[in-house]
Amino acid sequence: MNHPLDTALWGVLPYLVLTLFLAGSAWRYRYDRFGFTTRSSQLHESRLLSVGGPLFHYGLLFVIAGHLTGLLIPESWTEALRVSEHTYHLTSLLVGGAAGLATAAGLALLLHRRLSTPSVRRATLRTDLLLHPLLSAVLLAGLTATATGAAAHPYDYRRGVSVWFRSLFALDPDVPAMTHAPFVYRLHALLAMALFTLWPFSRLVHAFAAPLGYAVRPYIIYRSRART
Amino acid sequence: MRVMAQVAMVMNLDKCIGCHTCSVTCKQTWTNRSGTEYVWFNNVETRPGRGYPRGYEDQEKWRGGWELRHGRLVPRTGGRARRLARLFANPELPALDDYYQPWTYDYDELLSAPLGDDVPTARPRSLTDGRPTAVTWGPNWDDDLGGGPEHLAGDPVLRAMNDTVRLEYERAFMFHLPRICEHCLNPSCVAVCPSGALYKRIEDGIVLVDQDRCRGWRMCVSGCPYKKVYFNHRTGKAEKCTFCYPRVEAGEPTVCSETCVGRLRYLGVMLYDADRVGEAAAVPGEKDLYPAQLGCFLDPDDPEIARAAEESGIPHDWITAARRSPVRALISTYRLALPLHPEYRTLPMVWYVPPLSPVVDALSGSGHDGEDPANLFAAIDALRIPVEYLAGLFTAGDPAPVEAALCRLAAMRSHMRRVNLGEPQDPRIAASVGLDERSMHAMYRLLALAKYEERYVVPTTYAAGSPEPQPVSGCSLDAEGGPGMLPDEEAFHAPPSALREPAAGRANLLTWNGRDTAGLFPPRRRGTSR
Repeated sequence: MNHPLDTALWGVLPYLVLTLFLAGSAWRYRYDRFGFTTRSSQLHESRLLSVGGPLFHYGLLFVIAGHLTGLLIPESWTEALRVSEHTYHLTSLLVGGAAGLATAAGLALLLHRRLSTPSVRRATLRTDLLLHPLLSAVLLAGLTATATGAAAHPYDYRRGVSVWFRSLFALDPDVPAMTHAPFVYRLHALLAMALFTLWPFSRLVHAFAAPLGYAVRPYIIYRSRART
Repeated sequence: MRVMAQVAMVMNLDKCIGCHTCSVTCKQTWTNRSGTEYVWFNNVETRPGRGYPRGYEDQEKWRGGWELRHGRLVPRTGGRARRLARLFANPELPALDDYYQPWTYDYDELLSAPLGDDVPTARPRSLTDGRPTAVTWGPNWDDDLGGGPEHLAGDPVLRAMNDTVRLEYERAFMFHLPRICEHCLNPSCVAVCPSGALYKRIEDGIVLVDQDRCRGWRMCVSGCPYKKVYFNHRTGKAEKCTFCYPRVEAGEPTVCSETCVGRLRYLGVMLYDADRVGEAAAVPGEKDLYPAQLGCFLDPDDPEIARAAEESGIPHDWITAARRSPVRALISTYRLALPLHPEYRTLPMVWYVPPLSPVVDALSGSGHDGEDPANLFAAIDALRIPVEYLAGLFTAGDPAPVEAALCRLAAMRSHMRRVNLGEPQDPRIAASVGLDERSMHAMYRLLALAKYEERYVVPTTYAAGSPEPQPVSGCSLDAEGGPGMLPDEEAFHAPPSALREPAAGRANLLTWNGRDTAGLFPPRRRGTSR
């Protein structure tokens, strides 16, 4: 029998977060499309941004790719490909650790820039006051979790957290899989849920604006005055 | 052949006195909002000079416009792959310092300072960080060559000429160059926008930013070689000169044109062949770009072309407007107007009649009769430096078209002086520049008298695809994505007025009462079911 708090945290809360994330994003897109922007402050300060921006974002892309691999691909699949748990773990520790450190370094530089440049500081939004600490906390918890992987007998998150994560989408949350995870993993997951809750209402929506269509569209766009 | 129409502009630089009325009225109309303090859709710069933003013509640095790479036209700032790779920090974005740091004054000090021996002062305060600041540069710091020769050294066009020329030139002349967005036929800002927010309108060729699609990647700012796309640092969106499209749609001239005290701006329709644009922008020689662009323009008096235009959906009144177009007369008929920096390969559509007055002034200053045709023609030939500088601005360095335009202006001056003084007329003057007496008078009427209805021939708008003009309902500023003119950011992206609720009735997630959906969603439109 699960503790009611565990059921609430790992069986109910994820669905609330997901609902808010999807509905909130749809609502924002419908009623505040104008607000979908990077809100770049490069006009005020370019030197630090030119290092911190790419470092953070490219690091993050690797981190996201790593999360998708770790969470969505079951251990049995990689074993079928004759990748041992040890090899997989070592790779994820090295690549994930490097990407995580790059992201953290980028974020630190960007936060320093935001605090030390008066004009950038003034351009900070109210949601940023919540977003930046939260983002830092998620990142630090995640990095700590990755670092625990260097221990002699590391926690195999693909038998715990990942199972729980996939079970969410099967609408049959495997609460015990999560309650048995180390504290830092649970903290990381909780903070991540907070981040996804904040997502639609903060500048994070600019992630939805990834201009993938640019690679295939013609250079010059013509549009008619008449609305289509 | 694919006939398209563009509302284009020509500015007669001989008449510009640098009064900045256009800049000020434009700013009051479009950019008097926070976030756009530093933004001038229209600015007037003194040439030679560094321009605004400083040194914007140095494309080695800013990488605006297009370049030919292995015979293919590619944005100079890089193709699609490089743009996407540089998404997280744009290496060629001008900083606010390259424009100027916007500021205001503590005017309140003047009234609220306690009684004392000292006169209260209003000290400057930065508009970006709110702290007291020292004003070190402004939108027209080097106006009228103010600030001395060191600013001249920063002029990229002068730098391309050699040093001896530069010294001589400083004594020679100075003129003003009003600039707006060029609404190019081959706009590089549109090409580099990753979100596809910038577009060229089919009906009138105006280049606009869809505010709801812009995601603030800032590529357009560096992609435009004229630096006429700006980044609103409050809303995080790109903004640019709109060619006052709500006015143009109603058949009225732009604000900058309407308020120009020198009556130097001309507005009219140009018909062009869209199929030729790509070729014209990709001709190998930079000096061939001006003739290549001329080759894109179509003659609306040609019945074949008029028929093709109607088939392309251009309404009849636009074709008649194209026939009467003062812009077409100055660009194609008299070959007086020249494009600004054709070497950027964007095929700009705001052209300039080069200034003759500096040549006349130089002649008069040296004790000669500045309006004697023989003197003038010789002077245009001899005053190599101004011509070379003008060629650097308007013809990618080819002096021949500049000389030809100046000679035509000189011939008109001499011819009309004889007419006005009742002296015997000399048909050889007109013939020497390839014109006849009638066209001399027509040119004189267009340039010197410049009647309102002859300067601005702007037909009212239509909807592409339907040959009949459609009635315009409401103000197009209210349309979704239309940049409004309201002072605060909140109202700037307010929904169209028909849907707008009283502000008090609106709720967001922070002010939501938690019980019902009142104020969370706009009222249902009749006839739509959700």
